[in-house]
Parts: sequence; structure tokens; C-alpha cells
Amino acid sequence: MNSPSDYWKENLRLVIFCLVIWFVVSYLFGIILVEPLNAIRLGGYKLGFWFAQQGSIYTFVALIFFYAWRMNKLDQKYNVHED
Amino acid sequence: MDLQTMTYIVVGLTFALYIGIAIWARAATTGEFYVAGKGIHPVLNGMATGADWMSAASFISMAGLIAFNGYGASVFLMGWTGGYVLLAMLLAPYLRKYGKYTVPEFIGDRFYSKTARIVAVICLIFASVTYVIGQMKGIGVAFSRFLEMDYDHGLYVGMTIVFFYAVLGGMKGITYTQIAQYCVLIFAYTVPAVFISLNLTGHPFPQLGLGAKMADGTYLLDKLDLVVTDLGFKEYTTAVLGNKLNMFAYTLSLMIGTAGLPHVIIRFFTVPSVKAARSSAGWALVFIALLYTVAPAVGAMARLNLITTIQPEPGVNLAYDERPDWFRNWEKTGLLKFEDKNGDGKIQYVADKDKNELTVDRDIMVLANPEIAKLPNWVIALVAAGGLAAALSTAAGLLLAIASSISHDLLKGVFTPNITEKSELLSSRIAMGGAVLVAGYLGLHPPDFAAGTVAIAFGLAASSIFPALMMGIFSKRINRQGAIAGMVAGLGITLLYVFQHKGIMFIPGTSFLDGMKPNWFFGISPNAFGAVGAIINFVVATLVSRVTEEPPKHIQELVEHIRVPQSRIS
Repeated sequence: MNSPSDYWKENLRLVIFCLVIWFVVSYLFGIILVEPLNAIRLGGYKLGFWFAQQGSIYTFVALIFFYAWRMNKLDQKYNVHED
Repeated sequence: MDLQTMTYIVVGLTFALYIGIAIWARAATTGEFYVAGKGIHPVLNGMATGADWMSAASFISMAGLIAFNGYGASVFLMGWTGGYVLLAMLLAPYLRKYGKYTVPEFIGDRFYSKTARIVAVICLIFASVTYVIGQMKGIGVAFSRFLEMDYDHGLYVGMTIVFFYAVLGGMKGITYTQIAQYCVLIFAYTVPAVFISLNLTGHPFPQLGLGAKMADGTYLLDKLDLVVTDLGFKEYTTAVLGNKLNMFAYTLSLMIGTAGLPHVIIRFFTVPSVKAARSSAGWALVFIALLYTVAPAVGAMARLNLITTIQPEPGVNLAYDERPDWFRNWEKTGLLKFEDKNGDGKIQYVADKDKNELTVDRDIMVLANPEIAKLPNWVIALVAAGGLAAALSTAAGLLLAIASSISHDLLKGVFTPNITEKSELLSSRIAMGGAVLVAGYLGLHPPDFAAGTVAIAFGLAASSIFPALMMGIFSKRINRQGAIAGMVAGLGITLLYVFQHKGIMFIPGTSFLDGMKPNWFFGISPNAFGAVGAIINFVVATLVSRVTEEPPKHIQELVEHIRVPQSRIS
């Protein structure tokens, strides 16, 4: 039986998954682990610096569209989509 | 054609366009005035959100901060984009489902309390007014250069224009004008960046140019690291802002603040559905990312161009008498200063404060950048128009948030529920006028650079509004007492920390507790303190709710109701 509480639980799982990635690309790669990552080069960019000033932003955009796409499917599955 | 005439023509044309749109889309009803009748397409709403969002701080100030702080300024890049992830997943769809006009209205209903609504209005006004001060600084800088007058008079001119502009439109007018302003500002920001990137590296995309090699075969960032360390500054690609904990807190504060700023949240009330609210946050970030991924290149290249102008070769410094035109022009505004300390008639630009002879206000970097890079006059004129578009669109959005919270939440919601629609509209226009005057006055003595001032506004929103909204949606247990205590504690502690450093309401000379050393809490700067305030808010609200009674049944049902886009089981 597909109940509203199952819908909510699936939503929460998806949100947590997305927020883990959100945390990793910005706080972890961009700040906490920036020095070890800076040893790796991406052309003229040091990798940690690249995540802090470029990579995290691209990931954020992708994450939101991924979330919106998955939620629209979830709305259909639980028959709670808008008309 | 000379630069002055060109600037008048370009700025004049864009202003005529905005005013034309504002008149065409004038709001007639309160619904149109507050939420544009809830009929804006998600992509267009994303574009309008982009303009609403990217203010003088993003357009004028941020690249300057990046130029002078290097890696440390990453907190602005990540902080002001990552917040949209939180907004899209934690707030926007649910608040759209709830479907009212303002943020305090949701807080008042969810926490079944007029007190909670009033507290939310107070939080909103603190955050928004601080934010408008940051815009005023940016507007003052842009007008002082554009009209060749000093900063204070530039600010007065800017205030007058913002006043007429914002009072006319309402949300419907503001939305369509912001779409036009987005196009102007993104074009104005990327065109000079593309030119400069081509000049230095041969790459048309600044995002690639920043990581590419220059004509002499060295990587641009390596070259920059080398020249700044030669002058005694910290290495560009690794310079930390304060310490790493401060950077962590700063980024978090900006992200949470983004998701808690009322003028951004109300943009998601204007789309037609929950589905549209989700994707609209994504589109907003696409349009924002266009500028935010270019900004690091603008900052780094501006710094490099500035240094090579002042010091064409190591040990060879520019003579003051041979200074270029842009240098002379910016000297008139008082934002660029030269003091010949060693009396040799040459400009020394070094990290050592006793020997450095050049003072550059960071907020001029973006506007001066095309002049420093010797780009054609029409590009320079375009940048002036873009900066004004950014500042005006955000100021308009903020003023609307302030006005709607006063007229809709305080007057109609609490004090005079029987007010007519016509007087409600009139009172919000009067409230807008008052807000312009207060922010303009405080803008004469801004507490920091435009972006720094704006960062404080984010801290205030982060510590008060975001936690209340998020807990209101994700927890059924948080009750009236908890939410009010949480907001008061979060905002209170953040204001205390900020005012202790920067003066009460940022008025110089009113800072207190002088005995405390700067950034005394683990080295976290006042601009970054919102993250701590937000955590305190969450903890206090949870503890207080636990020892008091559960929210009533109909409130728990309201929470269930907003969690699903459309419930088919009655």
C-alpha cells in the first residue's frame, strides 16, 4: 500500500542522498581536504581550488535537476502529482 | 564617441526599457502586487530570481573580493550558490504548496501564533534592511563613477532612482523588469570577461581561460601566484580567509542565509505549481552559475592586470605622472588613493602597509576592470549599466519583501485586519519609501564592502528565518514556544556578536565590549557568525518544544498537507 508516510520517507532518503553529495563537493573537497587535493592538477587549476571555485557550482546545478526529476517520478508513483 | 556620452546613452536606454516594462506590467490587485498572480513560467521565474538574487554584491563587489582574497573568497562562490540546493529540497516546494503571500504569514500559521508572526517580521526587517545597505554601497560606487561625483552624492542620486522605481512596480512589474535586467547584467558581465580572457589566454570561455596557459607558456594561475608572492602577499590559490573553521562557518552561513532570505523565498510563491517550484530553483541556479563561474576568472585576471599596470616588470614601477586615464577617473571618486610615501614619484603596490602607496577600494574592481584592460568604450558603458541593473533589481525585490511584511503581516494580519485592499497597497508603498530612506542613511557609513555587508544580512536570515521554516515543515513536534524561543535566541546571539564588532545598527562608534578581541569566538568573523546562530536556533527550539505541549491536531494535519503536492485521499 502506497501511503503518504512512505512517500515522505522516500523523499527524505532522496534529500539526504543529495545533501551528502552537496556536502562532499563543497565543504569536504573545497575546504577540509583542499590541501591534499591541490597536489593534483587539472590544467592550470589545482584540484581543490577548482572544486572551491568551479566544480562545486556545476555539481549544485546538476543536483537540483536530479532531485526535481526524481521527485516528479515519485509524485507519479504515489499518485500525488498535480493535475 | 567619448566614454561619458556613451555611458549616458547605454544607461539611458536600459533605464527606458525597465520603466517601459514596469508601466506595461503595473500591479492592480494585491495578488499581482505580492506574488504576480502566481502565473510566472518556471524558466522566466528562474531568470527573475537570478536578477533578484545577483545584486551589487555579486556583480560589483564579489570579483573584487576574489581578486584580493584569492582562494579565501571561495566562501562567496560556494555559499551563494549552494544555498539553492537547500532551497530546492527543504523549503521551496512546501512553501509553494502552502500558497500564501509572505514568509511571516507561513510562520504565523504553522506556529498558530501572532507573536511568532511578529517575531518573523522583525527578523525579516533586520536581514532585509542590512541587505539593502549593501546594495546602497554598490549603487553609490556605480553612480559616483558614472556621474563623476563623490560617493555620498552618488548615493543620493541612487536612492532617488530606487525610490521611484520600486514604488511603481509591485511583484508583477518587478518580475518582468528583472527578466530584462538579468539579460542586461549577464551580458555586461560576460562580454568584458570574454575579451580579457581572449587577451590573456586566447580562450573565449573565461572558465577555461582561468585554467589555461598565457602567451609566455606559463599557466595564468601560476603566474599570478608568483607575482603576488613577489610583492609580499599571500599565495593566490591557497590564501585562506581567517582560518579553515571560519571558512566553513562563512560558507554555511551564506548557504543557510540564501535559503532563509524572504525576497528569494517569495519568488517561489509566484510559480504555478509545486513541480514548477522545484525546477525553477534549478533554473535560477543555472542563470546564477553563468555569472558565478565567470567571476573567479574576472577576479584573477583583474588582479593580474592591475599588478602588471602598476609594475610592468619586476622592480620597474609606474611613475605617478604617467598614470592612465582610468586611474585619474577613479581618484576623483575617492575610492582609489595614492600617497607617495618614499617621495620617488613612482607607485609602489606591496603587502607591507608601511611601504604600500596604493589604496584600492575592492568594490571598484569590476567597474574599473575593462578600463584597466583597455577595452573599447562601449564595453565600459555596458558594465556601468549592468552594475546598476544588478543593484536596482535586488533593491526592488528587497523593498517589496519589507513592504509586504509591514502592510500584509503587521497591518492586515495583526493590527488592522479590516484594512481595504487599496489602503493595503498604499501602506506598502509608504513602507517602501521609509525603507529606502533608512537604508540610504545607513549606507553613508557601510560596515564593510558591499559583499561583506550583504554577508551579515545572510547571517541574520540564517540564524532566524531558515531554521523556523525548515523545522516547521520537517518536524510536527516543534510548537509555538519552541519556534519563538529559537528565533529570538538565534537572531539575538548573532546580532550581539555582529553589533559588538561593528557598532549598533553599524553606526560608527557604538560598538561595545571593547575589551573583547576581534573574532573572539574560535576566530569566526562576524560575517560568518550566522551559522552558529542557526545551530543555537535549532537546539533551543527543539529543547523548548520538548518540555512544552504538542502542537494542536489541526496544525499537525497542516504539516501533512504541505508535504505532498496533491493529496487524493480525503
